[in-house]
Amino acid sequence: MIDTALASLCRLVAGSTVEWRCDPYASAQRIYFGNHSSHLDFIVIWSSLPPSRRRHARPVAGRDYWEQGRVRRYLASEVFRAVLVERRGADAGSAVEHARAAVEQMACEMGCHDSLIVFPEGTRSANGEVGPFKSGLYHLSRARPDAELVPVHLENLNRILPKGEALPVPMMSRVTFGPVLPVRSGEQKAAFLERARSALLRLEACT
Amino acid sequence: MTLIQDPALRTLIAGVLALLVFSSVVGWILDRRVSSASARSTVDNINARIRAWWVMAGLFVIALTAGTVVSILLFALTSFLALREFVTLAPTKPGDHRTLFWSFFVVTPVQYYLIWMQWYGLFSILIPVYVSIFLAIRTTLAGDTDRFLERSATNQWALMICVYFVSYVPALLMLRIPGYEGQAPTLMFFLVLVVQLSDVLQYIWGKALGTRRIAPSISPNKTWEGFVGGVVSATLLGTAVWWATPFSPLAAALMALVLTTMGFVGGLIMSAIKRDRGVKDYGTLIGGHGGVLDRIDSLCFAAPVFFHLTRYFYLP
Repeated sequence: MIDTALASLCRLVAGSTVEWRCDPYASAQRIYFGNHSSHLDFIVIWSSLPPSRRRHARPVAGRDYWEQGRVRRYLASEVFRAVLVERRGADAGSAVEHARAAVEQMACEMGCHDSLIVFPEGTRSANGEVGPFKSGLYHLSRARPDAELVPVHLENLNRILPKGEALPVPMMSRVTFGPVLPVRSGEQKAAFLERARSALLRLEACT
Repeated sequence: MTLIQDPALRTLIAGVLALLVFSSVVGWILDRRVSSASARSTVDNINARIRAWWVMAGLFVIALTAGTVVSILLFALTSFLALREFVTLAPTKPGDHRTLFWSFFVVTPVQYYLIWMQWYGLFSILIPVYVSIFLAIRTTLAGDTDRFLERSATNQWALMICVYFVSYVPALLMLRIPGYEGQAPTLMFFLVLVVQLSDVLQYIWGKALGTRRIAPSISPNKTWEGFVGGVVSATLLGTAVWWATPFSPLAAALMALVLTTMGFVGGLIMSAIKRDRGVKDYGTLIGGHGGVLDRIDSLCFAAPVFFHLTRYFYLP
């Protein structure tokens, strides 16, 4: 009920044109990875999914943000069923340890049915350019080789709700779900990340 | 709910209904007879357009039936959607974000609220004077001077075309023309009918006979044959329904001529903007037509002229 209303509201505000280049209804577990430029990104991807798949698509988000206040906590746990990961504090040990724990948590919480929505740049881009990918996507794909990797290109969301703004301007956006990224066994980390990033950028070039 | 009182308006609506039924039948026949692939895509587009016309005409008639408030709300929503299409294409920068927020959520509602409260004096100058000054101040305060003039002009044009001009359609509802009391919705219907019929007829004449292009660098589909045929036939139709207006037959003919001509140049101007931005349509909301702006481009430029001509000549 709330999720349907929220998805409709989001489509209204972000005026999304959605294009699929893979089967939207595929029953496989998926890792949707998108470019990140706005707070709206994950909810736009989430609302663009068919309702039956939406129920199983869980965004990965920072615990510190989503556990503030009752509304956020309710949305994160009941509506989006977000996978809340710890962001690295100043005293929280080495970066590698921390990243490994986060990836393990994501892979584990996918269980047997759920898909994930992730943003491999790690942070929002200020100007809409797609930055370099962090290695999390690589380790996640290693931990869950059964999951399909789907690039999702988001266009114009940085203009609808840019970094640092609280109120959206309701322009139109475009969401493009690309073809499933083929798996290549034994691929090195850098090569994989570059291939994933260019698969995402290719969606931008041909829209 | 105030059911439509004016018998003239009921007749016009019945006429439009008959036209839509006729078009759907023609569309269905074309659909069955078409064979080649290129003709197939044209016929599919025509049928998509006819279906969209049913929805648009339906919404307009429902709004007219429901009364003034709903009619104003319909055009407020149209402005909102048009503004969104315009701004999406416009080369704005992060420094314009808050200015744009004002345009969508303050200026647009206030403009239509002024029509509802029938405050002509402020309605007619709000956007050209006060908002124009305000937007310039707001953009200046944002501190980004890169392409400042271009961005300010774009934001101002967006509001002028999508909000100010469009709001002149329901603004007709506030005209109290002696001898034509209570028939303002009919005048509004006349405006929309003549302008949109002119568009449709220009399309049909152009498809049937069009060879000589008027402005190939702006719009490849606009031909002299389509323009002349469409303007003449829509003007004749406008004249034929003079009894629904406060005008004499001659005055109705002149008004219809002005409307169809303004509609044509409106379409050209909006096409020029699309060429500049490198797109074919403003959006995809209306099947077969493109976006909201693609459908109302002619109305934008015809409505203010029609309003002021009527106000000048027919109000005491």
